[in-house]
Amino acid sequence: MGSPAMSTIGSFALLLALGLSGYSFLAGLLALFNRNAVSARLGETARRAGIAAFAAVLLAAIVLVIAAFNNDFSIAYIFHHSNRELPGAYKFAVLWSGQEGSLLFWSLLLAGYGFVLRLRYKTDQRLFAYASVIIASVQVFFLLILNFAARPFGIIQGGIPADGSGLNPLLQYPEMVIHPPMLYLGYVGFTVPFAFALGALIMKYPGEKWIHITRRWTMVTWCFLTIGVFLGAHWAYAVLGWGGYWGWDPVENASLMPWLTGTAFLHSVMMQEKRGMLKVWNMALIFATFLLSMLGTFLTRSGVISSVHAFAQSSIGTWFLVFIALTVAVCTYFLVRNRSHLKSEHKLESLVSRESSFLFNNLLLLTLCFTILWGTFFPIISEFVQGHKVTVGAPFFNRVAVPVALLLLLLTAVGPLLAWRKTSIESLKRNFLYPAIGAVAVGGMMILFGVRPWEDPSYFYATMAAILAALVIFTVISEFLRGGRVIAGKTDQNLLSAMVQLCHRNTRRYGGYIVHFGVALVIIGILGTPFNKEVEKEMGFGDKIFIGPYTLVCQSYTQDDNPNYGNEWAIINVFRGGKQITTMYPERRFYKASGQPQTLPRIYPSFLEDLFLVNDVYLVYEGKNETTGRPIIKAHLNPLVPWIWIGLIIMVFGTIVALVPNAVVVRVAATTPVRTPAHVGAGD
Amino acid sequence: MKTVASTQYSVPSDPIRRWLQASALALAVVVFMGAGDSAARFKDLGHRMMCACGCGQILLECNHVGCTYSDKMRDQLQAGLDKGDNDDLILQAFVQDYGPTVIAAPTASGFNRVAWIMPFVALGLGITFVIFVVRSWKNRPTPALADGIMIPHGSELDALRQKARKETDL
Repeated sequence: MGSPAMSTIGSFALLLALGLSGYSFLAGLLALFNRNAVSARLGETARRAGIAAFAAVLLAAIVLVIAAFNNDFSIAYIFHHSNRELPGAYKFAVLWSGQEGSLLFWSLLLAGYGFVLRLRYKTDQRLFAYASVIIASVQVFFLLILNFAARPFGIIQGGIPADGSGLNPLLQYPEMVIHPPMLYLGYVGFTVPFAFALGALIMKYPGEKWIHITRRWTMVTWCFLTIGVFLGAHWAYAVLGWGGYWGWDPVENASLMPWLTGTAFLHSVMMQEKRGMLKVWNMALIFATFLLSMLGTFLTRSGVISSVHAFAQSSIGTWFLVFIALTVAVCTYFLVRNRSHLKSEHKLESLVSRESSFLFNNLLLLTLCFTILWGTFFPIISEFVQGHKVTVGAPFFNRVAVPVALLLLLLTAVGPLLAWRKTSIESLKRNFLYPAIGAVAVGGMMILFGVRPWEDPSYFYATMAAILAALVIFTVISEFLRGGRVIAGKTDQNLLSAMVQLCHRNTRRYGGYIVHFGVALVIIGILGTPFNKEVEKEMGFGDKIFIGPYTLVCQSYTQDDNPNYGNEWAIINVFRGGKQITTMYPERRFYKASGQPQTLPRIYPSFLEDLFLVNDVYLVYEGKNETTGRPIIKAHLNPLVPWIWIGLIIMVFGTIVALVPNAVVVRVAATTPVRTPAHVGAGD
Repeated sequence: MKTVASTQYSVPSDPIRRWLQASALALAVVVFMGAGDSAARFKDLGHRMMCACGCGQILLECNHVGCTYSDKMRDQLQAGLDKGDNDDLILQAFVQDYGPTVIAAPTASGFNRVAWIMPFVALGLGITFVIFVVRSWKNRPTPALADGIMIPHGSELDALRQKARKETDL
């Protein structure tokens, strides 16, 4: 049972954090405007206050977690999101399972990022001071909400209940312990490059150093967001039980939008680093990414748009709207006022160049982002104009976004083959010929195997996606092979170790290629969707379902009970070619505290039987027919889906490779005359 | 000339042509009505509607336990198909029963058309903007060359080399 002390400590910690963050913001701001010894000391106190704010927010978060473990139902948040029999891991996850807790978690992560940033201030004291003040301002916003609008330590009215209402059953799944932290690390993380960018703009920071400083921050953040988005998709696949992983739900869209602009930023920022171009554009992109992260939180919290998994809705949407409007005003003001500082240093020399490929890549990513934003908000626009809402669901997004995504995939294949400044048509032909032949062959094979792209738009898109994904894979492989052969020829290594060395010499470039390879695998996983099959049937003992090459035989049903939930299982034997390959246990649970039922599908990926054309056998125990009393089983056969998750792992691996420092640094003494040409990256 | 003449001969007189066109139209209507069996139409229409229970899922994908709408709606859809109603009629009946939000995507009529057009307008404007930017960059004058070519040495050469490395080594 709880004690009021926990609530008091938590509330005090949040109030203290607000005071410290407010001081960090105001004192830091004053210190930036005056350059004297007093201001320097004031700036230092602001930095330390920012660090102390992290300790205070951390204390508040720890108190909330302890309250969850202690079943302190005197705290309303704990009562609404936990219960006595909730397993320990989910009690920990209570921190981000509801409105107030997840805002506290947002604040904690932001304070954590700010803590690291403020410790590393010696890299560039003035730029870091600007970034610190901007982060403090965002922190103040979240702490204001936590202290006055969405209080996690609010006391329950009346007597203290004996047990809590329990956690939403949909959230009681192992991935929910890691999916929200990953997504939030991504959302919150974009505050750091945003803060550096805005700081650099305000102080008219010379050169591109702010980009170098934030490059790793941005990549790590992007990686977290990528993991978060995909884990969300996997959670939807493994928990919601409708056989799909992406439903274009507003909350899913909210996570995808900053990912798209963040991806555009990661590409276009290279143009600024290498060629001093697109400076205004990069500023606008990182501002947009931060704002879209905030918009995502607003969508999840405000309830302005109905969503299948907007778990925590309240009236704090107004707070977010005001904050977003203020941020837009500040960013626009400085962008206009200091635009002369952002003039491009070079001109574009050829349309067939890496620069123009980045431009078009950005255009397509932004179009995709706009399409999703437009589709997500169109119901509200429709209500305003027509007086009634309309639904903008999967059919709209699939029809509009898929063609743009295919163009983007084409650019993913072609872009890396283009050189900076100018590419000759001859070299393009030389680099492109074999990958193009391979990709066309893949398309031909699909038609040979019975896919008829002219019969149905979804088959057409699937065929195009297969061709383009193959093109991406073949261009990546050809790039590795070409570079690897050069190194192998010079160093007498075998090709594989030469390619590893190649990768190590220019981790960012080849890490990026690995990410592209992962993206192509994800696309391959998605293109199986039009070929999904499903069968629903009431199944008694010994009844069979035939789906694709599989025969599913109902062996039995069983029940179990534990303090948290009771459950029913179907025991289904899976046969292929007359041989039993596995047994699956689709399940239905009844959570006692919340009184809510939930189905838990079971998934069998057929890697052992099909190495490349892998299927997911996906079984859902839907419940019992009320009339006959017989259980209903729904079986899905989802081709290629496992490639999506493998693609994610490769994307993450590629990002990690890109984060590793280069192994070979070419050093030339400043006074030494150079008699031989300097080394340039292979394939450039 | 011969070809023209033969073409002229092959064109039927007006009443016959009208009959042929009418027959072709009737045939097409019959063919399209018969296109796709009932199960395929059920699947197609079921994926063009939302479940009205508020779960936010496509009708045929709503599977949450105890949904009071999806079974009823599926039965209603099957009944419409059994009755021989065409797709528009079935969708219209659902809109009357459950409101416009039951249709999973905006219709291509009235203001809803804007939903479909805007993404492509945005793409078109974006392409125009990129082309404008690229052209303005390409047309930007290059700095005039000095009278004599100065060969850089020492730190100046190092700076240039550093710049070259930066611009070429991604």
